[in-house]
Amino acid sequence: MIEWPLISVTIFLPLLGMFIIFLIKVDSSSENNIKWAALWTSIGTFILSCLIWIQFDNSYIGYQFVEKHKWFTDFNIYYHVGVDGISLFMILLSTFLTPFCILASWVSIKKRIKEYMMAFLFLETVMIGMFSSVDMLLFYIFFEAVLIPMFLIIGIWGGNRRIYASFKLFLYTLLGSVLMLVAIIYMYQLTHSMNIGDLQGNFFTKEIQIYLWLAFFASFAVKIPMWPFHTWLPDAHVQAPTAGSVILAGVLLKMGGYGFIRFSIGMLPEASFYFSPLIMILSVVAIIYTSLVALAQTDMKKLIAYSSVAHMGMVTIGIFIVNSQGLEGAMIQMISHGVVSAALFLCVGVIYDRMHTRDIAFYGGLVNKMPQYSVVFMIFMLASVGLPGTSGFIGEFLIIIGAFKFNTFVALFAASGIILGAIYMLYLYKNIIFGLLINEKLKDICDLNNREKIILYPLIVMVIIIGVFPNIFLEPMRLSIQLIISNYQIANAQ
Amino acid sequence: MHSNILNIIFFPEIALTILTLVLLLVGLFQKENSFKNICNLSSISLIFILVLIFLNKELTFLSYSYFFINSPFIQFFKILIIIGSFSSIVISKNFFIESKLIRFEIPILILFSSIGMMVLISSNDLISMYLGIELQSLSLYVVATINKNSLKSSESGVKYFVLGALSSGILLYGCSLIYGFSGSTNFLEIQNNLSSLDHLNLGLVFGLVFVLAGLAFKVSAVPFHMWTPDVYEGAPTSITAFFSIVPKVSGVALIYRFCLEPFNNFYSEWSQIIIFLSIASMFLGAIAAISQSSIKRLLAYSSIGHVGYILIGLAAANAAGIKGVVIYMILYVIMNIAIFAIILSLKLNNEFTEKIEEFTGLSKHKPLVALSIAIIFLSMAGIPPFAGFFGKFYIFIAALEANLILLAVLGVISSVISAFYYLRIIKIMFFDNNDNANFQFKISSQSFFVLIISMVFITFFIFYPSLLTSLGSYISIDYFN
Repeated sequence: MIEWPLISVTIFLPLLGMFIIFLIKVDSSSENNIKWAALWTSIGTFILSCLIWIQFDNSYIGYQFVEKHKWFTDFNIYYHVGVDGISLFMILLSTFLTPFCILASWVSIKKRIKEYMMAFLFLETVMIGMFSSVDMLLFYIFFEAVLIPMFLIIGIWGGNRRIYASFKLFLYTLLGSVLMLVAIIYMYQLTHSMNIGDLQGNFFTKEIQIYLWLAFFASFAVKIPMWPFHTWLPDAHVQAPTAGSVILAGVLLKMGGYGFIRFSIGMLPEASFYFSPLIMILSVVAIIYTSLVALAQTDMKKLIAYSSVAHMGMVTIGIFIVNSQGLEGAMIQMISHGVVSAALFLCVGVIYDRMHTRDIAFYGGLVNKMPQYSVVFMIFMLASVGLPGTSGFIGEFLIIIGAFKFNTFVALFAASGIILGAIYMLYLYKNIIFGLLINEKLKDICDLNNREKIILYPLIVMVIIIGVFPNIFLEPMRLSIQLIISNYQIANAQ
Repeated sequence: MHSNILNIIFFPEIALTILTLVLLLVGLFQKENSFKNICNLSSISLIFILVLIFLNKELTFLSYSYFFINSPFIQFFKILIIIGSFSSIVISKNFFIESKLIRFEIPILILFSSIGMMVLISSNDLISMYLGIELQSLSLYVVATINKNSLKSSESGVKYFVLGALSSGILLYGCSLIYGFSGSTNFLEIQNNLSSLDHLNLGLVFGLVFVLAGLAFKVSAVPFHMWTPDVYEGAPTSITAFFSIVPKVSGVALIYRFCLEPFNNFYSEWSQIIIFLSIASMFLGAIAAISQSSIKRLLAYSSIGHVGYILIGLAAANAAGIKGVVIYMILYVIMNIAIFAIILSLKLNNEFTEKIEEFTGLSKHKPLVALSIAIIFLSMAGIPPFAGFFGKFYIFIAALEANLILLAVLGVISSVISAFYYLRIIKIMFFDNNDNANFQFKISSQSFFVLIISMVFITFFIFYPSLLTSLGSYISIDYFN
């Protein structure tokens, strides 16, 4: 099927682009070259990842496009990458969003553009690498390496409290992930394998599973983030530049969900069953509590950040009820949230670039001056709320169906979260877009320009496609999810 | 074994002693440029010794009353010491010249202390061990005070001397206790004499604790670390570079040998001490470094923390532990060489940088230097994909193989704490806005070469992490099959 290592090329193309940008000398005339180089690299990467999707075989269980090379000579640790139904769309999400991030930073980033683009391309390499690793150590290395560019992006190009936010992000997530390292090494000691695919199943005694599960939980619960480990997220979002928020909400949060599916459910099924009530409680609290917190926010980005925590609460419910509706719903919800929250942050970025404030009270009546923007924003807002026909609906609907099979109360609370979500999103939309245009400073605000249209329209198309044809996305992941569910059921049958 | 004269002369320690004495005379009788010449000559002699160590593989020096032995483990640490001394002379030459410390005794003293360390590492007897320690330490006391016009340098030297003498005394007392209760000073004989015992009697426990305390002082493991920050700060930066690169290597090698050879059978006794030293060093190194404002003090605490990780490998006491320490030690030496090569060449307003705050704006005016510093510190913090991560990885593998799960968990937690102060430097270089603009980065070509090699090693280690593993496995065969 393939002669050349498609996945490796996809992983390392952004790194190559980074080195090319590294070699460009900085002066006033080369800034555009740097931007274009970064943009074309990321578009090229997206095309490559689409090639992976096109060639992907829906009827094959397990990893495809596998590349396996000796990496450590003394351990069974390989450079081992591949794609299955679960990682395919995570990779596509990363490559899909990166070009928009670069476009969104086109004019808003004014200082150190070269370092900025290098950081973004490095981030892209690391994200793709993480989702496509089949080796646990490789996964871990990419998982932690994400922190370096993110730390720099928030710390250098962020807002006023950027230093606090970047340190919080780095140390919080590092503390979680080092425990995962210990767990990974311990699993290796027991099985002498680092292969994620081979370890899917029930290979550990329940007692060991519980400890390992807690170690992984520390890592992924911080990353996704679950209540009460979410406090780094609003800070990071508010301080990050627009593109940083986009990638943070769009992809980095999904690392946690991906990890839960792969490691917690896939490798430690008995412990996952044992802990599922805990997850349910934390998720329900996350949905209701953070929705209420979101309602009280005055900063747009913070509001959307809290809404992310609530949406991720839905995802964790979907994951840990472990039936096909729940897991498929969680996957779709992750993809949808990746697109929608990214788009919402971009929408905030549009008016932030013009007015340099994110205060909700500052705005009002934008519909008079920015009709196109209002329509675009409305579509994403409704997608976030979960209007049928948009991407948000499919995920939430599936998760609630799955939750009913699991426990009625969980489903009840999860559904109430959707109502709360509608309240705060509509409140945000109403205050910004509708009403009279009172603020003098808003009189000269102009509508979307071409660059912003190029960024936002494809995202609208994406939201509609996911909402109307979810099967395009569900079909490839179905077998991989079935495999995980059957492993889980076998493990917990006794 | 042919013990003809050539074989003896070309024995590394003896050859180095002869060369050092010759260089001392050369320096004495040369009128001009003596410092530069001696520096160059001593680097060349060290390379020559390196070759000798490689060549002399076959010669096992057992004849001298079993005072010294040779093994791959010992050979490896000797090579590391020679490389460390070589690099620290090369990277600090310019610094000495620019800060008017052109005394040709400095490279000579560094060579003498290297001899001491080589003796120390290969010693197979409490007496030769003490001899080596004293030769190493006395040279170090002198170089610490070499800037005799500076109050701080003299103070740090005296402090180092007083505390060092005390620790040597304790060590000697421990040696005498061990001799008294085991009946021998030879490592092998001690091991044989003790092999019939089920557990150590009180005198031997005291001896063991005293010797380990003395050795812990030499590697600055907590709670015997007090001198480190002061001496690091007081001594001229180039001397600090030598302090942080080389004597750690010899001390670590000796602690390993001391625990694994004479007291091989008493893991349960010494492991408690080692685990305590390790945890205390990791956490103190991580926490105390947070509030430092001098880069030298910060590196002192960082080296204390690294010693903590290195001792995990010993606490694990398995082949993976030896392998881990071999890899960690190499990476530690290389990262320190790299960071000091930069610090020793970086000037702000014609003054060498010593305060962390002075790095603000570095990323704007010297982006590559700032990037290198960032990479080195991320590597020291153990953040993948840089080399330092793999050192920690191997150490933790050893710890988990020995079922020291709690130790490994504490290790990773302290590595998160230590990440904070490494990140703080990155923050100062990259995030802070108030600018220092007048940076000069003047580096000699040899020093630049060393820096580039270290940076390539740190950055690209991930592509071939097994580079050192066969070496590590080969060395660990000495103790564990």
